[in-house]
Amino acid sequence: MEIVIESLKDIRIASITGEINSRTTSQIEADILPLITPNCKLLLNMRHVTYMSSAGLRILLLLYRQINDQSGQVVLVGLQDMIRDTMAITGFLDFFQDYQTIEEGLGALANWS
Amino acid sequence: MKRVDFYPTHRHGDFLLRAGRPYPFGASFVPGGVNFAIFSRYASVCALVLFEKGELQPLVEIPFPTEFQIGHVFAMIVFDLDYENIEYGYRMDGLYRPHEGHHFNQETILLDPYARAVNGRSQWAAQPTPNNPYPHRALLPYDDFDWVDDHPLEKPPEDLIVYEMHVRGFTRHPSSGAKYAGTFAAIREKIPYLKDLGVNCIELMPIFEFDELENKFISPLTGAPLVQYWGYDSINFFAPKAGYAATGRYGMQMDEFKALVKELHKHDIEVFLDVAFNHTGEGGEDGRTISYRGIDNKTYYMLRPDGSYQNFSGCGNTMNCNNPVVRNMVLDCLRYWVAEYHIDGFRFDLASILGRDSAGRPLANPPLLEAMAHDPVLGKTKLIAEAWDAAGLYQVGSFPAYGRWGEWNGKYRDCLRRFLKGDEGQVAEIAQRIQGSPDLYTGRGTTASINFVTAHDGFTLADLFSYNEKHNLANGEDNHDGQNDNYSWNCGWEGSTDNPEINALRQRMIKNAIAILLVSQGVPMILMGDEVGHTKNGNNNTYGHDNELNWFDWTRLESNAELYRFFRNCITFRKVHTALRNQAHFRHEDYVGSGYPDISFHGVEAWQPDWAYHSHTLAFMLDGEHARGGLEPDDTIYVAMNMHWEDHQFSLPRLPVHQKWHTFVNTSVPHPNDICTPDKEPVLANQKHLLIAARSVVILVGR
Repeated sequence: MEIVIESLKDIRIASITGEINSRTTSQIEADILPLITPNCKLLLNMRHVTYMSSAGLRILLLLYRQINDQSGQVVLVGLQDMIRDTMAITGFLDFFQDYQTIEEGLGALANWS
Repeated sequence: MKRVDFYPTHRHGDFLLRAGRPYPFGASFVPGGVNFAIFSRYASVCALVLFEKGELQPLVEIPFPTEFQIGHVFAMIVFDLDYENIEYGYRMDGLYRPHEGHHFNQETILLDPYARAVNGRSQWAAQPTPNNPYPHRALLPYDDFDWVDDHPLEKPPEDLIVYEMHVRGFTRHPSSGAKYAGTFAAIREKIPYLKDLGVNCIELMPIFEFDELENKFISPLTGAPLVQYWGYDSINFFAPKAGYAATGRYGMQMDEFKALVKELHKHDIEVFLDVAFNHTGEGGEDGRTISYRGIDNKTYYMLRPDGSYQNFSGCGNTMNCNNPVVRNMVLDCLRYWVAEYHIDGFRFDLASILGRDSAGRPLANPPLLEAMAHDPVLGKTKLIAEAWDAAGLYQVGSFPAYGRWGEWNGKYRDCLRRFLKGDEGQVAEIAQRIQGSPDLYTGRGTTASINFVTAHDGFTLADLFSYNEKHNLANGEDNHDGQNDNYSWNCGWEGSTDNPEINALRQRMIKNAIAILLVSQGVPMILMGDEVGHTKNGNNNTYGHDNELNWFDWTRLESNAELYRFFRNCITFRKVHTALRNQAHFRHEDYVGSGYPDISFHGVEAWQPDWAYHSHTLAFMLDGEHARGGLEPDDTIYVAMNMHWEDHQFSLPRLPVHQKWHTFVNTSVPHPNDICTPDKEPVLANQKHLLIAARSVVILVGR
């Protein structure tokens, strides 16, 4: 798994490539937790995530909870169909706003204050 | 500061270990590792067997050293497991002496009775890998679902309208249009349907892990192998059936089912589970060893003195429910489903078995039933007994209730069926049944009675009026299986027909049944599919059919829109009228000063019911001022039931001045005037007399 982090104004964009499972969640914690600061705006680009295990879903929800604690905002972008279905069916998607394109995701974050 | 027990003390190859905690049983996460704890009174040795997910051969087998045993519990912490990619089981050894009740065999890898998720049948009916030494494998899942503010709904039982449903059957038919047909996720897609129908509780036929491939019969009609479709042969009581989850192959069935419960609760629909603790899927002497038999046969099963299995369930074995260890397992299990899955109620299959002692004798004060009734976690959970078993114990009306238990009222079903078809000698009894069976449930209130006319066992409502006899050849047992006492009537022709008169009569009989069911005091239960006239072609025991016999056909919503509308409006009517949903039994007197008793009975003459043996007519009136003890006044409701084969003129009881009778239902009138939208009922032209046609029900509202 690979994580690339970019910044656009006050928004942090984390693009993840590969599988999110119990073997890779520690890398998510290491790379993304430091981005969670008061009022942070985070866009997770999931376009190149090919699989998310149960542990993967849980790490996303943990990120959400911590961002919430810091009054921040997170959006998911480009979820592949199978992963999006899995998230919807298991209830995890209820916690997130998700968008098809990065532009839409950035727009949603920019409009949020 | 880290805890001392964060550090391993032992090692087995690359695996770091420490003595575990004997409680809780099962596999639980502890700092840095997983605590494995399993009970066996008679095993001499035990090893934990770990597999990498899907591998045929074990990754490692770790014997429990003596210092990891406390009492009859083997307990060990294994550190640093990649828990998501591990399946675990146990290997035990001890005596193999079946005549003494011991079945230890160290060749078998055993499923933990406390496993919370089980792999192996994660896609419905997919052919398993051959030569798998461990076909049903325990997983290590997290119970950390984010319920936010969800909570069991705790609806008053008298307000419930229960819908008995099979998870797969509800959406498996291609006409369902569900994306993941036959799954928990698909039920979630269909919540708008349930809301439209108006039911507020779904009772799911068994969802504990079972082996759908375990059925030795072949359909003589199609040559296709039958399956274990209904799912009453559980192989584990803590794990939801993975094959019912769209995400089962990813091991996410727990989250999927919880998400369904949460969403149903959000839409004000309760969730009951039909639970079969009376036996397991391990069968009898010729059965397979999956778990209990190999772990502690003598504790988990009721045995005869020669070590053979008692068979009060008709399924080969009987769980030893009043053994203290098994009793605790059942309680742990129920608490788990309430605490972790927010389940609202349970219906206990063949519950009378839960009241037998270890030798099979019925107990006056069964410890398991008493413990459930008084359990703190189950304090607000609905407990419903199927108050009989397969060995002749029949406890409808006498099931040990402890002020808590309700019962599937088999006498309601039988009496209503006989009254409907025109049997003699039913009028006096049906009067009791429509009141919530006070003759059976004195002091327990109306909600002790779960009223139903059909359930998964037996005919559907459409078949009840299309067949005199069961037609079970498709089950592969020469029509020997299934009940013979169906109290059904084919209306003049056995099976489907083009005869419009017979079909109209059948439709009317179905309407009569559902109208009476939904104006009876107690908790009504409807069988999935009856609302659209589902047929099983006269088969009254379809446990083995994964086909149209058991699949809800969604095209019938259009082709039988007439019946669907009738059901829906009857359900709405019940919800609108508090007079139909009393918690207490009637007192047969006027205690609010309205001038009318709370309930009164009538015949063709008002105030003169005909209780004679040959009578087929009865009417009753519920005084609106007495609804819910006078606390929630309602309109007055009059129900006339003419189950005679001739028309009768009924004189109507007089209402207080300024009130008039309005017609809600007249089942003899063709669609769409058979039923109204509740609260929009038209005034009845003749307020004094009403001709009630043969075999029909009329419901009037006085306001």
